Amino acid sequence: MSYREEPRFDPDREPAGAGIALIAASAKWRDDRRVDERTASAPPGYPGERHFSGGTWARWAEPDWAGDGRLGGRHWRGGRRHWLGGVINGAPKGSGPLRRARADRVIGGVAAGIAVRTGVRLPVVRLVFVVTALTSGFGLVAYVLAWLFLPAEGESGAIAGRAMSDLRGIALAIVTTCTLVPLLVVTSILGVAWLSSFSGPLVVGAAGLILIWRNAGPDELASVRAVAQSLTSQAGAGGRSRIRLRIAVAGVLVVSGLGTLLAVRKTVVLLRPLAGVALLLAAIVVLLGPWWLRIARDLMSERQARVRAEERAEIAARVHDSVLQTLALIQRRADSPQQVVALARAQERELRSWLFDGRAPGSMDDLATTLASGVRHLQQDVEALHGIAVEVVTVGDSALDEDLAALLAAAREATVNAAKWSGAPVVSLFAEVEPDGVSVFVRDRGRGFDPAAVSADRKGLAESVRARMARHGGSAAVRSAPGEGTEVSLTMPRTAAGDSRDSKGSKGSQA
Amino acid sequence: MTEHQDPPRVFIVDDHGLFRSGVRAELGDDVQVVGEADDVEPAIAGIRQCLPEVVLLDVHLPGGGGQVVVREVTPDHPQVRFLALSASDAPEDVIAVIRAGARGYVTKTISGADLVDAVRRVAAGDAVFSPRLAGFVLDAFALQPGGPQPQPQPSFDPELDQLTPREREVLRLIARGYTYKEIARELYISAKTVESHVSSVLRKLQLSTRHQLSRWAAERRLA
Repeated sequence: MSYREEPRFDPDREPAGAGIALIAASAKWRDDRRVDERTASAPPGYPGERHFSGGTWARWAEPDWAGDGRLGGRHWRGGRRHWLGGVINGAPKGSGPLRRARADRVIGGVAAGIAVRTGVRLPVVRLVFVVTALTSGFGLVAYVLAWLFLPAEGESGAIAGRAMSDLRGIALAIVTTCTLVPLLVVTSILGVAWLSSFSGPLVVGAAGLILIWRNAGPDELASVRAVAQSLTSQAGAGGRSRIRLRIAVAGVLVVSGLGTLLAVRKTVVLLRPLAGVALLLAAIVVLLGPWWLRIARDLMSERQARVRAEERAEIAARVHDSVLQTLALIQRRADSPQQVVALARAQERELRSWLFDGRAPGSMDDLATTLASGVRHLQQDVEALHGIAVEVVTVGDSALDEDLAALLAAAREATVNAAKWSGAPVVSLFAEVEPDGVSVFVRDRGRGFDPAAVSADRKGLAESVRARMARHGGSAAVRSAPGEGTEVSLTMPRTAAGDSRDSKGSKGSQA
Repeated sequence: MTEHQDPPRVFIVDDHGLFRSGVRAELGDDVQVVGEADDVEPAIAGIRQCLPEVVLLDVHLPGGGGQVVVREVTPDHPQVRFLALSASDAPEDVIAVIRAGARGYVTKTISGADLVDAVRRVAAGDAVFSPRLAGFVLDAFALQPGGPQPQPQPSFDPELDQLTPREREVLRLIARGYTYKEIARELYISAKTVESHVSSVLRKLQLSTRHQLSRWAAERRLA
């Protein structure tokens, strides 16, 4: 590659390294067929000098085909200086200490952090990291060290601080170093100059990455894992493009590896150093492999044990909160079959919703967030408090807003009313969410009453249900006859959907 | 249905012995229990042997879902009718059994008298929808359900993919806890018409290729 040094750039300032960005850019570049395979030749139509130092990155950053839309917007024909300024300088220079960015990070957020701090465009920073990493390995070291020692945005300490106390991680890093160093010494002895020049950076990089992996925060690891997954996972969304990416990466590695080897040893002599390398590798594996494996296995089993212990503790806590509590209550109320039945029902439902729906027991004690969960909550309460079965059927669901909460409260009153007065063992509750309204029907087959001749307290209750519904734009109707049970129907138009037609005001035939 | 017609011959499939004897006791003399089984294989063998009129079928069995039993028996013995009986709250399980060919679904909390009534109705060839099943079906055939809704696939017969307004009304009333008789009175139609609406819903449920239903079935590896 032609890059040596670029006067406009202070190497201290712009290490940036996303190998993936490099691959993506190079793939796109090749696709465009605008340039020769080798980076040294300029694309057709490029106005600058062929040997413009730093031409590599400059061309890569050319707006139309650098593979990064964020570069666009400024056209290079306006003159090189102008164009360069546009490409290099993005946002205005930031202030404050240098931090690893969270927003635009691909790997560790180092490049993004530098871009934010210096005002240099992010792709340019990344490119410099990639190029310096590939040419001398410097970019790799700089990146890893920055990752290790720069705190992330919003964090007080750097990863290095945490790594100091991670003895196992340090041991692992040392083992890796011990494994790599002899290998690299051998390659340099054999005259594989390309690789030997990388030995230092590779060792530092690998050791640093191990420490980072062991000590980085969970969100950071997750984002790194996402990048790694795009390279290693088999299927899933976008599986094809991932496979293509992997093939591209593997292809580049194989071609560059073979190219390096063939450049050094053009004939069959090639095989001899290779055999030597293989033997030495085998020796290292035999010597250090078991140790390394054991450390890795220890790490894994330690993690698994911790996960198992946590899971067990959580399950124990939940079973205690729900099942054991209920069993204790049942023992105390053994003389009241009705209460025992109600308790058993409530517990059964809670356990089932935990086992099959993944809802935590006790979470229903929290404020319900949807209508359906609110109805379940209501059912549980009424069953527990009044010893009556509430058969619930819900259709659809909706987030609970103020109006629906009022509807729910009215439904609760109606249900409690039925539990207290009807004398029926079961109350049916049907709630349906439709695009333009939500309706709830509370029905019992109890003694019923004559709505024209109700006693004062019942009328009062009906009025309170009705008034509550009316305040929120809904309506309520009660239908009953002596001996025929009672049905309260509540309807609330939905305003959240931007449709407040009260079309469900008299659904069914609840006049 | 008067008391002294021949009581329907019933076969009970449930993996809990306690529950089977409980059902037996509740059904009493109103039906004739001709056999029991606790898993898929013995159930298939037993039903083939006894040829009952109605099979009370648990949705969840150790050796597979109840729908396996329905699928195995129905081709050879179409006269055997199935009534699903379950404590399960999962709609897809229930829908899977209905799609396999069961004539109805009731929850295990049903009272003895209601269960006898349901058995008689299934024996007579009617469909039995509990409020909960009606809710599931309304959900499955929802016009504009919330959340990520897959596009309904173009069906061979688009009629099958939606319920008529009348069928919807009937289902709503069932979900509200109305009996067929009450529904008939409510809608000023005959009980027979209510029956035919329910049967038509059952047919749509079994034949529809509506995306959501097939997805439910596919999840149970039935599609």
